[in-house]
Amino acid sequence: MCLSIPSKVVKIDPELNIATVDTMGVQRTAGLDLMEEGSVKIGDYVLLHIGFIMNKIDEEDALESLRVYQEILEKLDEEERRVLVLEDDNCVNREAP
Amino acid sequence: MSSLELKDLYDGFRDPDVIKGYQKLIAAEAKKLDRNVNIMEVCGGHTHTIMKYGLTQLLPENINFIHGPGCPVCIMPKERVDHAYVLAMQPDVILLTLGDMIKVPGSHGSLQDARAKGADVRYVYSPMDALKIAEENSDKKIVFFAIGFETTTPMTAALLDVVIKRGINNIFFHINHVTVPEVMKELIDSRDEHVNSYDHRIDAFIGPSHVSVISGSKIYELFSIEYHIPVVVAGFEPVDVMEAIYMMMKQFNEGRSDLEIQYKRLVTPEGNLKAQALIEHYFEKVSLFKWRGMGNVPNSGLKLRDEFAAYDAEVLFENILPYDEIDDHKLCICGDILRGFAKPQECSVFGTACKPSSPLGSCMVSSEGACAAYYKYGNLI
Repeated sequence: MCLSIPSKVVKIDPELNIATVDTMGVQRTAGLDLMEEGSVKIGDYVLLHIGFIMNKIDEEDALESLRVYQEILEKLDEEERRVLVLEDDNCVNREAP
Repeated sequence: MSSLELKDLYDGFRDPDVIKGYQKLIAAEAKKLDRNVNIMEVCGGHTHTIMKYGLTQLLPENINFIHGPGCPVCIMPKERVDHAYVLAMQPDVILLTLGDMIKVPGSHGSLQDARAKGADVRYVYSPMDALKIAEENSDKKIVFFAIGFETTTPMTAALLDVVIKRGINNIFFHINHVTVPEVMKELIDSRDEHVNSYDHRIDAFIGPSHVSVISGSKIYELFSIEYHIPVVVAGFEPVDVMEAIYMMMKQFNEGRSDLEIQYKRLVTPEGNLKAQALIEHYFEKVSLFKWRGMGNVPNSGLKLRDEFAAYDAEVLFENILPYDEIDDHKLCICGDILRGFAKPQECSVFGTACKPSSPLGSCMVSSEGACAAYYKYGNLI
């Protein structure tokens, strides 16, 4: 019921107050009744729910989240490398022939 | 030119490496915390994500999920299902509804059973589908059995708006819209000392995703300010949920009980003001709405304002609708599950007499119900 789908606006029909959206290759129409007039534009990412556009997806915020996730991965990689170096330093078999 | 692709909005928030990254960050915070915490995910959509991606298995033992009542189909009391059934059985009525509502058992059976007896019951993808059906069946009364939280209420209002503006005279509404903050409040207020033990204490809420897109995060302020319970509004993807849990763990460790938004790409504190104005124009609160398994929850339901009574199916069909109180199925513990007092596998009929193909209770009927999620993903921890 509440699960909604990110989609991209590909066409707008101001007469009928509907937009055509693309959801991973599937196209369908969605009502613009819940959106301020003129606020939705072609190319916008939107959230679709039971035939209506609920809201626009803020691209900057989405990109910011994805950037944070990449940073987390890089930090964890660094941490893992550091642990490997330490383990190597303390390797008990170092003197072994 | 945007540097964001549509697939990033899916894949970026489902990246297994990022999920594992948060797993490590959460584990470090959980270690520092040195106590157990119960996190309630209010919304069935979050329950679904947690079970589908096996997130419980990625989290330390001191984090426990309590599955909340945020599933509009699950909380639909038999009395309202019976209304739908009676309306559907009228020869001049076509009954429309959304989602799994069609399978929910009432005392006479489900809408599916009504259909088997010849009733014209239709599942619609969108409320707006009612317009075409009304046009093609001008000799029939089209009744839209409206369900859902704040997420779907504005869509019902938008349909009524079109119906009025176009002067359509054969579409009517049976309203069962409910509101999230009131039931969250009830969940806390109804916990007496006996159930306020560790097992049932709610330490934090994961705020619903799409309710908040409409209403804004402001509707949860009360919980962080008055109840001192952290609330993090999260998206539905697994990375969203993991990030929200990390944010909560930091709050616990820093002694904060803030209202935070993890789902920033769609949720603002104010929400969708146009949708809120539509709701405000057409609906008012009812003093009590009965939730299946939870009983009457004050101020948690909506009805059409009196000036729109001409479109209200409950007014139009007042003489034929039943008003008796009905008890829930004796063996079903859906009520305790919706309140967070029990887990699905603690129910004596879970997976035996009660399955998605033959549900006894509503937590098993809806794909968003906790029992259905446990059954489907076999995540019996």
